[in-house]
Amino acid sequence: MRSIVGNVVGWLDDRLGLRSAMLPILVHPVPRGLGWFYVFGSATLSMFVLQIITGICLAVVYVPSAADAYTSLEYLNTEQPLGWLLRAVHYWSATGMVVMLVCHATRVVLMGAFKYPRELTWLLGVGLLFVTLGLAFTGQVLRWDQDAYWGVGVGAAMTGRVPVIGPALVHVLLGGPNIGGETLSRFFGLHVFVLPALAILLLVPHLYLVVRQGISSRPRAGRPVDPQTYDAEYSKELAEGEPFFPYDFMKDALFSACCVLVVFALAISFGPKGPSGPPDPTLIAAEPRPDWYFLPLFALLALSPPQMETAIMLVMPVVGIAILVLLPFVAGKGERSPRRRPATVLIVLLFFAVYGVLWWLGNVAPWSPDMNAWSGTPVPEQMVKDLSPQQLQGAAVFQNKTCRNCHALDGAGGKRGPDLTTVSTRLVRDELIRQVIQGGGNMPAYGKQLSPAEVEALVSFLSTLGKPVAGAPEPADVAAGK
Amino acid sequence: MTTTEHSQAPADAAPADPHRRRVLGWLSVVLGALSTVAAGVPILGYLLSPVLRTPTNEWIDLGPVEDFPEKQTRLVDFVDPLHRPWDGDSQRLAAYVRRAGPDVFQVFSVNCTHLGCPVSWFPQSGLFLCPCHGGVYYEDGSHASGPPPRGLYVLENRVANGRLSIRAGRLPTLQQPG
Ligand code: FES
Repeated sequence: MRSIVGNVVGWLDDRLGLRSAMLPILVHPVPRGLGWFYVFGSATLSMFVLQIITGICLAVVYVPSAADAYTSLEYLNTEQPLGWLLRAVHYWSATGMVVMLVCHATRVVLMGAFKYPRELTWLLGVGLLFVTLGLAFTGQVLRWDQDAYWGVGVGAAMTGRVPVIGPALVHVLLGGPNIGGETLSRFFGLHVFVLPALAILLLVPHLYLVVRQGISSRPRAGRPVDPQTYDAEYSKELAEGEPFFPYDFMKDALFSACCVLVVFALAISFGPKGPSGPPDPTLIAAEPRPDWYFLPLFALLALSPPQMETAIMLVMPVVGIAILVLLPFVAGKGERSPRRRPATVLIVLLFFAVYGVLWWLGNVAPWSPDMNAWSGTPVPEQMVKDLSPQQLQGAAVFQNKTCRNCHALDGAGGKRGPDLTTVSTRLVRDELIRQVIQGGGNMPAYGKQLSPAEVEALVSFLSTLGKPVAGAPEPADVAAGK
Repeated sequence: MTTTEHSQAPADAAPADPHRRRVLGWLSVVLGALSTVAAGVPILGYLLSPVLRTPTNEWIDLGPVEDFPEKQTRLVDFVDPLHRPWDGDSQRLAAYVRRAGPDVFQVFSVNCTHLGCPVSWFPQSGLFLCPCHGGVYYEDGSHASGPPPRGLYVLENRVANGRLSIRAGRLPTLQQPG
């Protein structure tokens, strides 16, 4: 038996030459003392492999047709044995892949690993970053639900702003004049064939270069990269190095295994994402939200001044790509250690701070009106106690005219406009009237929407907000620190 | 070994005619280019067909005008005249119809002119509100506040034989609002 196996293995190796081809790669020397910072790349790869396997599994049940996709997702969630788990793993390992990729790229930037002679490795990595984001966006569309439908609509609206060819691009993107069956099929084609193929096409030379150029050693302050001398120094380091297998390989394997376990833990705890409501555009109560990766973009588009918006949408991505592409050519030499590159460290920190703040804002979305507050969130009781009939009518106007959708009282209601709990301490009667009638800031003018009597009542109600009433102090005032 | 055979074969052969080789070289370039074009043009044409064949909006009947009370704005839904047979729910579209006077209609696309989210109509305050970034429009579709760069997209409409029809189908965008 043993000899049969041995013969088969021997025959295969004779034909394939794997031992002589792969063994040197496995035991190729790497610099000593790499530590644990070098594990993110292989973790990204592990997540990608998990994505491919779970993706193929999902594709054998999922129906990429606009009419049936939604039903097949619900079937996957509820009927197909373990369908919910595979959907969940696919979602969470997509998250894991993006997170690991960002960690990997950050490590490479901070340690200056993109410098000579690894410029091309970096460029291929930049390509992989954008392919991964493309996979994230197209995958979100395959979850053919309300969010997906309107998400494509937002994508189309942005594309439509491209000068001259905008409308043509929109139709290519949608596969027709409107969002429908061909849209889903196009995104399916991209998500399942084109982008994964592109990822592999970029990944193979990326990995080849990792082996060919070698793994960069730990940066040391005061040892700048000089293309004249680098190669000689690096081969000296390799001569004193250790084989990749087994120790460094095991670090990678251990970390990847932990990532897979975390993904499964998240998938089991939180389950799959969506689908949300059906992709029926006549259900206009939809409040579409992008997946978490794109929340900062959502925030940026809400916050940018309208005159600059198109420029931000169209120019910012180009600038971002240009920075990443030019990085190894502009900063391809010199110090690698983050200790000697304070500007780089600051830029990286700034990037994460901005991303984090925008992400948090995108999550809270204070600029989105609370569409149901006018009828669903009553005026707090203590605010209508002891009011005159006219002031009471004003409170009713405040609710009926949907002011509450944008203005909170005592913290409840929309956050689009200022909280009006203590508005009378900020604006006097005339200012209130002017603001109501003419609008301004982000508020529409209500001059035509309200009768003079309604304005009168509304303002008399608003004038009571923040005024201490006879008797016990209002809770709102206590909260305001009076 | 085979290597020797390989290296000796050309030496044994009659010296190649340089002219023939040149013709062969050119032929492979020309035929290669031709075959690329022959295969590439239809493939690109197929993928870009949504641009090559841009359907225009089509008239679609929304019913008798009596369905739309004067001075009111109503949400209507209809089947996209340009839909594909397998569009499912997404073959449906919605629009707001406002009857401003006995024969004066205004029809708005539900898509916000900012980034296309569906706006909601609030008859109480006479405003359209967008749930995404808080764009607001007045009842006549004009821009009231927030990020949208213009008023709501207006769909062409006509009244004939007491019935209202609109032209719809394409997704309206800033540069192609109709
Ligand atoms: S999409 Fe309506 S305000 Fe942005």
